[in-house]
Amino acid sequence: MFSNILLAVTITFMYAAPLILTALGGVVCERSGVVNIGLEGMMVIGAFAGACVGYYSANPWAGFLAAGLAGGTLAVLHAVASVTFKANQTVSGVALNFIGPGLSLFLCRMFFDGATMSKPVPRQMPKLALGGVFSIDVTFIIAILFTALTWFILYKTKWGLRLRAVGEHPAAADTLGVNVYAVRYAAIILSGMLAGFGGASQSLAVVSLFTPTVISGQGFIAMAAVIFGKWTPHGAFLACIIFAFAQAMVVMLGGGASSISPQLLSMLPYLLTILVLVLFVGKAVAPKANGVPYEKGAR
Amino acid sequence: MSPAAEKDYAVQMRGISKYFGAFCALNNVQLSVEKGSIHALLGENGAGKSTLMNILYGLYQADTGEIIINGQRENIKNPNTAIKLGIGMVHQHFMLVEPFTVTQNIMLGMEKTRFGGIMDEAATRVEVQELSQRYGLYIDPDAKVEDISVGMQQRVEILKALYRGAEILILDEPTAVLTPQEIGELIHIMRKLAEDGKTIIIITHKLGEIKQSADYCTIIRRGVYIDTVDVQQVDETQLASMMVGREVKLTVQKEAAHPGPAVLDIQDLTVEDSRGIDRVRKLSLQVHAGEILGIAGIDGNGQKELIEAIMNMVPAKTGKILVQGKEIQNHAPADTLDAGVSTIPEDRHKHGLVLDFTVAENFVIENFKKVPYSSRGILNLKEIRSHADELIEKFDVRPAGCAPNPVRGLSGGNQQKLIIAREVDNNPHVLIAVQPTRGLDVGAIEYVHKALIEARDQGKAVLLVSLELDEIMDVSDRIAVIYNGTIVDILEAAGADENHIGLLMAGGKKE
Repeated sequence: MFSNILLAVTITFMYAAPLILTALGGVVCERSGVVNIGLEGMMVIGAFAGACVGYYSANPWAGFLAAGLAGGTLAVLHAVASVTFKANQTVSGVALNFIGPGLSLFLCRMFFDGATMSKPVPRQMPKLALGGVFSIDVTFIIAILFTALTWFILYKTKWGLRLRAVGEHPAAADTLGVNVYAVRYAAIILSGMLAGFGGASQSLAVVSLFTPTVISGQGFIAMAAVIFGKWTPHGAFLACIIFAFAQAMVVMLGGGASSISPQLLSMLPYLLTILVLVLFVGKAVAPKANGVPYEKGAR
Repeated sequence: MSPAAEKDYAVQMRGISKYFGAFCALNNVQLSVEKGSIHALLGENGAGKSTLMNILYGLYQADTGEIIINGQRENIKNPNTAIKLGIGMVHQHFMLVEPFTVTQNIMLGMEKTRFGGIMDEAATRVEVQELSQRYGLYIDPDAKVEDISVGMQQRVEILKALYRGAEILILDEPTAVLTPQEIGELIHIMRKLAEDGKTIIIITHKLGEIKQSADYCTIIRRGVYIDTVDVQQVDETQLASMMVGREVKLTVQKEAAHPGPAVLDIQDLTVEDSRGIDRVRKLSLQVHAGEILGIAGIDGNGQKELIEAIMNMVPAKTGKILVQGKEIQNHAPADTLDAGVSTIPEDRHKHGLVLDFTVAENFVIENFKKVPYSSRGILNLKEIRSHADELIEKFDVRPAGCAPNPVRGLSGGNQQKLIIAREVDNNPHVLIAVQPTRGLDVGAIEYVHKALIEARDQGKAVLLVSLELDEIMDVSDRIAVIYNGTIVDILEAAGADENHIGLLMAGGKKE
């Protein structure tokens, strides 16, 4: 029994890392006033870049960094469209969700002899073995550190104050000499990098290769966690733990002995996401300027 | 104030012209503001006063002309340059981040930091409190902006400018949202700042305040400089005619009211907002046929929810709303209309008009389902057009023959005329007007007030909601003061004391 609990914790933390890192990206982006529905696409490109570089370099850390770079690069598209050209942020985000997987699959076929999945990486991201079935993924520790760091930057530094001001009342920030466009660019690219790390946490730690379905909805679950967590890093962190626990339950209960059909079980995380969104979206207070392109001089 | 003999100008703007496309917003305008003085900039809506100040603050660039600050010719490219030159601006719509504290709002963009980025809020807080005490700008540095009064928000805005070292302070329509008491305090603060050597420019169209607070006044009309006068040397009527360019009557002309029976009867009405907080609390009010009842109050005391409940846009939690004895609460909005209640809404763009529809379509937007405007679901365009042409002529909506034009192209005054024409043409028992003169110039305001009084004289019950106390005092026959969701007192308008009403609006006790 006790070892079962430890196993559940282990699996929960493992699944939580990709969600947390991606959700932090969502928090940063939305607090600057830009809706980022493209987290999923950024995760996919991160998962691919992580697995691909991890395979060829045989170094998971190189893969992890490459994933952040890839996510950040894809995010530039979102920034150009939604900040510079003031496109509808939802449409731009949806586009990313097509570009991310499409590009990943294309590159995968290029680098892995036409296969739709990468070869397994020789080394995964390390795990800290804590005895028996209990272990903690380094990616989860990274997620904790990034959560603390994001919280600190948002609430204790001038960049955080400016970022939040831009998300609430961009015109006020503008009249005080804060460059709204620069802040939003930085936030979007940062969110892409975090989502990229999130993707790599999936392809380099949860599994050890890229497949077209390695990311299947985690980006959207992370978005739900942003809302459930009231747009705060710590709130999103806890929300992700809950969602990850649901995923862990699928693994734990799906192991043969259970009488519940595995198909139904695997719906659990998604059902929980929908339930949370239905129950909490109405009550959560989003950053006021979230989703509104900033037009200089418009009132 | 410095002696007039040797004039020391803080701001000189010469030959300023500004075009927006082909439209000339400012044509060769000049402005000279003495150091340490309070200088009013007077003009109607759209006269160009805000444009001129936005040029001074670097939000717009002038097409021609020069700006001289403290004797130096300057090129003000953006607000950052203006801030560096010691120019601060308090915008009409406050530029405050609501979930932030007062201190955070003041420090934003000019944060004191340690190690290059970590904020030192405590140090800022001390400095803010020093500034606040020095000029009598009372604020709570730790309160969130969303929780403080409008008057305090304005003081935060002034502190924001002072914190940035402003020597020249531009206040854009600073009294629009304040109670008479708060206006008194503001004038006191402005005097104190001027004594301290700060130069203050206030943009306004309120003549009384200019007389009370300003030393000099520059008048702009339709983008053209008219004159700069010593405020002591002129009276309000002279200022008004310089502003409008013709003789205007500042007081509303009306006969005594002949009130009939109560037509609109509100009993113990409670309305809650979307967050479940009661905004109207057990409010009772009667409006009689043939009278104008004005509701005076500071924004956010339940006016919006009261009107929305009458219009059936939000449900009434408890209580009754009766129109000619018939209950209408918690019905559909159309039932309010059918009961004979017409409304001139507060936000004409949001609730009064469909801007991209034509004038003719907007005229029938409440009645298009009815004969003769449609039958069996098909619109009768000919009938709609002739109906529009008739009302355009009768209510003098300009330009003449605008029926097929989109409403967006009409001036604010004419959009309002359209709404008034439509609502009065419904021949309602009750006419509700919410902020009916918001954003209109003096000429259009005269028209709207006359229309309300005409409706009254035809025996309609008129309910006027306005944040402009002057308007309430001039137009109404009776004044109901709303505070915190209830009517705290009802007074006869004739002989009502402005200060007393102001006190009631701010939650003061009845005498």
